[in-house]
Amino acid sequence: MNERPFDLAVVGAGPAGLAAAVAAGESGLRVALVDAGPRPGGQFWRHAEGADGAGHHDWETFASLRSRLRRLTAGTRVRHLPLHQVWAVDRAGDAPFTLRLTPAFDGATDEVTPAVRARAIALCTGGYDRQLPVPGWTLPGVMAAGGVQALLKGSGTVAGRRAVVAGTGPFLLPVATGLAAAGAEVAAVVEAARPADWLRRPLGAAAVPGKAVEGAGYAAALLRHRVPYLTRSAVTRVHGGDEVTAVTVERVDGSGRVVPGRTRRLAVDLVAFGWGFTPSLELVVALGAGTERGADGSLVATVDRARRATVPGVYVAGEATGVGGAAKAVAEGELAGLTAAVDAGRPAPTKRGRRLAARIARAERFAEAMHAAHPVPERWTEWLTEATVLCRCEEVTVGAVERAREDLGAGDPRTAKLLARPGMGWCQGRVCGFATAALLAAGAGRAVTAEDLRALGKRPLAAPVTLGELAALPEPPDPPDFPDPDTA
Amino acid sequence: MTAELPTFTLTFEGRPLTARPGQSVAAALTDAGIRAWRATRGEGAPRGLFCGIGVCYDCLITVDGRPAQRACLVPAAEGMALTGAPPPLPRPSGADEGNAS
Repeated sequence: MNERPFDLAVVGAGPAGLAAAVAAGESGLRVALVDAGPRPGGQFWRHAEGADGAGHHDWETFASLRSRLRRLTAGTRVRHLPLHQVWAVDRAGDAPFTLRLTPAFDGATDEVTPAVRARAIALCTGGYDRQLPVPGWTLPGVMAAGGVQALLKGSGTVAGRRAVVAGTGPFLLPVATGLAAAGAEVAAVVEAARPADWLRRPLGAAAVPGKAVEGAGYAAALLRHRVPYLTRSAVTRVHGGDEVTAVTVERVDGSGRVVPGRTRRLAVDLVAFGWGFTPSLELVVALGAGTERGADGSLVATVDRARRATVPGVYVAGEATGVGGAAKAVAEGELAGLTAAVDAGRPAPTKRGRRLAARIARAERFAEAMHAAHPVPERWTEWLTEATVLCRCEEVTVGAVERAREDLGAGDPRTAKLLARPGMGWCQGRVCGFATAALLAAGAGRAVTAEDLRALGKRPLAAPVTLGELAALPEPPDPPDFPDPDTA
Repeated sequence: MTAELPTFTLTFEGRPLTARPGQSVAAALTDAGIRAWRATRGEGAPRGLFCGIGVCYDCLITVDGRPAQRACLVPAAEGMALTGAPPPLPRPSGADEGNAS
């Protein structure tokens, strides 16, 4: 703890965090790279130990970043702290940031580092599948699409024998083809949008031609495995007793309203749901950095072109600034690392910075076109019943939240959370936050606002900790003077 | 895909499971056809894996007597004993053992 502070702490070792740590380290900064995983790579490059990259996209980029990281960690420039989760970041006045760490799970590592101090911090915290509850979604056998993929990539385990992959967005395709290639039968990919729509936006798609080629590859793989691709369709109900046995698939219009008379039932034992991604913003919010609604309707961190957040010394890169995939995340991570180095007084690599900013802008245009083509259907809340569980942790139903709104005036997420308890359980609203905000806004006949999402995104502890860890904290320092608003 | 690697054994509720090195506890359970290992506090509803990446806490399990571990994150290990329900809380000495249910 009395170790001198690092120049930069990077949180997350996925595409953005790896690139940030490598760029900052190679620019001469002393860097701590904190990551919950046992190996770098994040969710995108999640792999079993010794994996050779088969089935991974852009593995060469990962392999190159990893070997550069190894060179840096072999010296003293970068300290990699795997299997550590940040549960809080504190700071008094101008003192360096103190990141409080906890093992990723009990006994994860014998060398627990309880805290790291750093003069600046780069948040590369990624995201996770965005979920829309439907009746039956709490049955075992219903999983997040990303979880199905993680099980396959990390453990070589196929989550079911006969699957349906449902929701919206391009990520459904690799999940479906991954399952089919591993031997599962994929009954259908059920896509709420009509993806031909994004082909009609040549600007965005042409800006990153590699992506379009990738998409064509998945389409060919679906054909090869004879997987039906149902568009303008949604899984509106999951059936089963102790676990999933079937789903109801309905045709929906562009707004998500069910088209009557076009219902079908598919017998499946696995449902993989994905409605885009939700960025992990707990540390961004905890540090008081600005957030806004991104192109896909989720809360994202506000950053300038160089990836500075609105709080000095804080940088954000990757999905946390707006979901856009690994290539965008790598470029953003590198730029954030370089910006941190420049802000710490290192010479500015102007040309490289400009090139990265242009690459990011291009990727953002493409992501915006994707998001516009794969929106969360406006009327999805019409698929819900009163008894549908909204908050999985606390088993709060849609009816309970609606009663709180109608009878107790809980029209905003903050009040609804206090009165009906959605988002008060173990996951702290990570899973139901977006849906709760959407449900309340729909009930009030208005659009979801950034404030709605912020209310459900505030998590004073970013990970559960033991009382022992809290008790081991040093005495709080004297309260800092109020910061001068002009310099804070 | 890695079937040729040596396997090892752990147990769930006393029943032996086979796992491969590098698999998570959740993966070993899934391979054994076990989809749920916990009941919710309110409805007693069965739960197992959901997010699969440590975010949702639905897959909580007791590992070697340590409650509330995320099955999706904890690597399976030789001889590990998994149980769905957490172990009973230690009782204050002198408490009436007759009311243990």
